[in-house]
Amino acid sequence: MTEFWPALSMATFFPLIGAIGILTIRGTEEEVARNARWTALWVSLITFIISLFLWIDFDASQAGFQFVERNDWMPELNITYHMGIDGISMFFVLLSTFLTPICVLASWEAIKTNVKEYMISFLILETMMVGMFCALDFVLFYIFFEGVLIPMFLIIGVWGGPRRVYAAFKFFLYTLLGSVLMLLAILTMYFEANTTDIPTLMGFGFSADLQIWLWLACFASFAVKVPMWPVHTWLPDAHVEAPTAGSVILAGVLLKMGAYGFLRFSIPMMPLASEFFTPLIFTLSIIAVIYTSLVALAQEDMKKLIAYSSVAHMGIVTVGVFAMNQQAVQGAIVQMLSHGVVSAALFLCVGVVYDRIHSRDISSYGGLVNRMPKYSLVFMLFMLASIGLPGTSGFVGEFLVLVGLFQVNTLVATLAATGMFLGVAYMLYLYRRVIFGKLTKEELFTILDLDRREIAIFAPLVLVVLWMGIFPNSFLDPIDASVARLIENYHFALATGEGVSDVLSATLLAGAQR
Amino acid sequence: MTVLSEILPAAPEIFLAIATMILMMIGVFASQERAMRIVSSLAVLAILVTMGISVLQGQTTLIAFNGLFVINAFTVFTKVLVLLGSLLTLIISQDYARREHMAQFEFPILILFATVGMMMMISANDLISLYLGIELQSLSLYVIAAFQRDTVRSSEAGLKYFVLGALSSGMLLYGCSLIYGFAGTTQFAQLTETFHENGEASLGVVVGVVFLTTGLAFKVSAVPFHMWTPDVYEGAPTPVTAFFSVAPKIAAIALFVRTMIGPLNGLVADWQQIIIAISIASMTLGALAAIAQSNIKRLMAYSSIGHVGYALIGLAVGTEAGVHGILVYMSIYLAMNIGTFTCILSMRRNGQAVEGIEDLAGFGKTHPRMAFAMLVFMFSMAGIPPLAGFFGKLYVFLAAIQSGLFTLAIIGVVTSVIGAYYYLRIIKIMYFDESVETLDRQTARPVGFVMAIAAFVTIFFIIWPTPVINSAAVAAAALFPG
Repeated sequence: MTEFWPALSMATFFPLIGAIGILTIRGTEEEVARNARWTALWVSLITFIISLFLWIDFDASQAGFQFVERNDWMPELNITYHMGIDGISMFFVLLSTFLTPICVLASWEAIKTNVKEYMISFLILETMMVGMFCALDFVLFYIFFEGVLIPMFLIIGVWGGPRRVYAAFKFFLYTLLGSVLMLLAILTMYFEANTTDIPTLMGFGFSADLQIWLWLACFASFAVKVPMWPVHTWLPDAHVEAPTAGSVILAGVLLKMGAYGFLRFSIPMMPLASEFFTPLIFTLSIIAVIYTSLVALAQEDMKKLIAYSSVAHMGIVTVGVFAMNQQAVQGAIVQMLSHGVVSAALFLCVGVVYDRIHSRDISSYGGLVNRMPKYSLVFMLFMLASIGLPGTSGFVGEFLVLVGLFQVNTLVATLAATGMFLGVAYMLYLYRRVIFGKLTKEELFTILDLDRREIAIFAPLVLVVLWMGIFPNSFLDPIDASVARLIENYHFALATGEGVSDVLSATLLAGAQR
Repeated sequence: MTVLSEILPAAPEIFLAIATMILMMIGVFASQERAMRIVSSLAVLAILVTMGISVLQGQTTLIAFNGLFVINAFTVFTKVLVLLGSLLTLIISQDYARREHMAQFEFPILILFATVGMMMMISANDLISLYLGIELQSLSLYVIAAFQRDTVRSSEAGLKYFVLGALSSGMLLYGCSLIYGFAGTTQFAQLTETFHENGEASLGVVVGVVFLTTGLAFKVSAVPFHMWTPDVYEGAPTPVTAFFSVAPKIAAIALFVRTMIGPLNGLVADWQQIIIAISIASMTLGALAAIAQSNIKRLMAYSSIGHVGYALIGLAVGTEAGVHGILVYMSIYLAMNIGTFTCILSMRRNGQAVEGIEDLAGFGKTHPRMAFAMLVFMFSMAGIPPLAGFFGKLYVFLAAIQSGLFTLAIIGVVTSVIGAYYYLRIIKIMYFDESVETLDRQTARPVGFVMAIAAFVTIFFIIWPTPVINSAAVAAAALFPG
């Protein structure tokens, strides 16, 4: 089916066309708002359907890139418009297109001002996200990667909470500083390899000492995005101040950009440096897992708590990615997908009560189960999925990462498991304080349970979480071949290439002799 | 026949100069109310014709006036940019001139004379013709900076510009005379040969080159010779500031490139460090000093200093890729800068022009379209893809990396992040803040038109960058024969 039309370009640019369509809506403020909402919903749903075809037509047995499109773009620099997906990126495209309609629905009533502009920002954001996961040219990737900043900056800044200006600036400048360094790495690669084509660069084999610099420059960018400790501080601010749907996209998709970058660029293009820096990644990730879990335990603000839990979960992902064996990497990818859905859902859960009470403080809630049984059930499911209860999506990812990690480094695996234990503590603690107990607060006496729109938002998320937990193979199979090839190439490069540590010690030796 | 072939390369300049003088006559004899309108429209036409002649001249290298004057692909490309800058300025300034009581027909005339001067600068092939071009340009610019005779600020700007500009011209001339004294010629072609043969330059020549560089740095307002820029930008009438920020800047950069890459190419080792230093200083100052500004024209002055710093990266590299980067950068800079100034021109409250950044508060609600255009320009200036400004930066950094100037590139990207802060601040004020008093709604049609075109170019450059990039490549190649 998809061989007849450029599926990836359609999935990428259809939201943009929709955004232009919304731009032309005229009429009274109310009409504009209503039409903008419906257009955005339909456009994002159609995009989701287009991306479903990608999954259906995806050939899981093939490790290479599929649905490849290639056109001249800047021929004098040998930069092409090159799109394609493999097992690693396919589900991220789906995750982006899946979450966007949910975000549109979640903003249905919460956003009352500038609805048109809001929906345009979201659709442009979707274009950037999908394009980024599909791009097979480094410059193209970079354009999408940075382009995400523009709509996200506006979403946080215009529709955010009281400290939105600070949060938006911090988000923007932090991520920008990381990415410009990556730009220099891209240019350096370009002059080494004379191309920015990602598949070509993957097999190029940069010299070991160059790899170190390239890796560090890319690390600056990806580590901020992940975010890894200690550059995670923008995340709690951005999450707390962003509107609910902004947090959903931020946690659901944008955080995956960093880890995706490691998988797509750092490891295949700079395998020697990746091996050299693995202890650094392990250390930072373990600190992130344990430290941010402890920080989360002390939070009074629900969104902040979930934000810190995101940092901890992404720590598990990064150790998994750099453990570099089949289970761990596959686990890391599944963990990212799971976290994308679960943390998005948790933010939506916070959004539900925030829309009613306009407070994110844990202390202003309590005993919600008495008035909101459906809500409590949904919240519980996602809370348990976040903890990693068997049968939910969270379990599959964490389990696979730990299994893989155990073979590589027992100590790191043990410490990571400790972090998960702390995760149980803060999530249960949160749940107890918000949901259980006596309903004593006056403003909660009249609080209403989920309405139909909110059920429509949560139903697909619940389904996906359970599906991933019960039949993980439908997600693991398409990933399998691409990850296997990634790992094979990585170990091959390590076996044939002169290790970075050899080069470094040789350089140091030469320096000492001089 | 021989006479014709001698002057034909200068046909655009000659046409524009004669047209300007005719326009001056028309202006004098036309009735006072209509003079401005007639002269402006004809001036626009004259520039269009000049541009046409320039383009028709093609891309072959021709030398005229016994080696005083040269045209090649590079000069044609930069002349078109300069003419575009003048053209757009003329179009957007009419409405402002009428409102602010500066609708005298001398205004377009002076812009045209300055343009002739700039074209002369670009095509100069001799230190003498270089100086002639600079002076014709500068003298016209001094006058239009002070064009609002009745306001103190404008007069002050003109005077300041004149005093400092004259000083820099003096330094430049002194540098030229030193070079002449030690090299024995003022012709670019002979200078190129001399410096290529003996790579070791005598001390006198080096001092001359330093003075020459100083003078040119003054004209492009690179740090540490930037002091005049904020004051002049702030004080001059807004259309004049718009003009200053594009046409003379492009012309001066082009002249800078031609002198450094042409006759002084053999001395690259001597001047490269100077250019690197002023480039770093400009980028840093442009990024830091703009943060604290509250007047938007002043902010744009620092922003333009920063942009010159980025363009100078391309010159510091000194390669064909570097020149290519500069040309792409300046083309994009032209679009986004003119666009920004159309927005600034439209900032009025109760008929009065306002210039405070805080006056933009709530702009996003009251003027959604204009605010959107401004948003595009600001993100583009900050160098965020997918907007055009990113590609300008991409090409200069590309050149820097290619030549191994990693430190320069790293400083460049870091300052661009710092600089992003103040561009974001404008967006923040427009979109995140609530307005206290709204600005007037109506925008003059030509201004809106130019704004729309500039925004269009800035957004859609990504889809089809090839025309600009290719012609810039041809232009850059013209400076590196063989």
